[in-house]
Amino acid sequence: MSHYQIGDQVSIRASFPPGHIRTPTFIRGKSGVIESIQGTYKNPEELAYGRPGTPAQTLYRVRFRQSDLWADYSGPEHDTAVVDIYEHWLAPLSAAPYGDTP
Amino acid sequence: MTDHNHDHDHEQPHPYQPDIEDAPFTHYQVMAEAVIELLTEKNVVTADEFRAQLEMTDSKTPANGAKLVAKAWTDPAFKERLMANVNDAAEELGIDAGHIPLRCVESTPDLHNVIVCTLCSCYPRMLIGLPPGWYKSRAYRARTVKEPRTVLREFGTEIADNVEVRVHDSTADLRYMVLPNRPDGTEGLSEAELAALVTRDSLIGVSVVKAPEEA
Repeated sequence: MSHYQIGDQVSIRASFPPGHIRTPTFIRGKSGVIESIQGTYKNPEELAYGRPGTPAQTLYRVRFRQSDLWADYSGPEHDTAVVDIYEHWLAPLSAAPYGDTP
Repeated sequence: MTDHNHDHDHEQPHPYQPDIEDAPFTHYQVMAEAVIELLTEKNVVTADEFRAQLEMTDSKTPANGAKLVAKAWTDPAFKERLMANVNDAAEELGIDAGHIPLRCVESTPDLHNVIVCTLCSCYPRMLIGLPPGWYKSRAYRARTVKEPRTVLREFGTEIADNVEVRVHDSTADLRYMVLPNRPDGTEGLSEAELAALVTRDSLIGVSVVKAPEEA
């Protein structure tokens, strides 16, 4: 069961743990919209260290406006970026985007 | 001077291209060699199986992706199946897309898609072949998410301001291929003729598919 639905506004946790992290830094602390839900996958941030990666994490495609990601973005307002993000990196938009990943 | 009358000067040899072995082995090259030797020594894989796997990987070409695109352009039902599940749709055409889940993102007259992997160099190898060097470069990975239109322009691809540019960062378990916009002026072409227009770079999205007269 995915915690977020298509169209939900979400924040990416502004967390900077060490390790084999799969959420790129340029979207941490930023807000976007769930574009699609792509099933569940074992957590690669755990698999990288030989751990089982369970429970599997729901993988979302989250769409961002480029102008929300880059203060000096020079292209048109409608340009976007879509990034694949596992559920443990997401928080509802209403929540503060800061904090540690569980 | 009889049978050795060419005119270069043996005292001052011209620069030569270094052999592969002239560069120092990196840590990971040594590790890879060691693992291969162990696996073959212990008969986990044979040298021939290892060679065959490399041969298979190297045999993948953008022709696979192009075939999917041409079919999708000419068969709306197939396109729907391709958008739903690339791996299964590829199998229909006899293309082994492997076990990594692949996704297709469709470019239209209003939307231009481009693929990057900012964290490493994830790439739909089974459909397009091995990634080009620039795809793995830090410059491409860092700049494509930040200034995609500038990067596209450097590839000779000008996207009009009224068209949305959408960058896809494949950071996780999925791999992406662009379903390029079918260009005007290709209505009369056969599926095979269409496939011939679809290039690797249009499947990555740093280029667009061009109609024959402008290609």
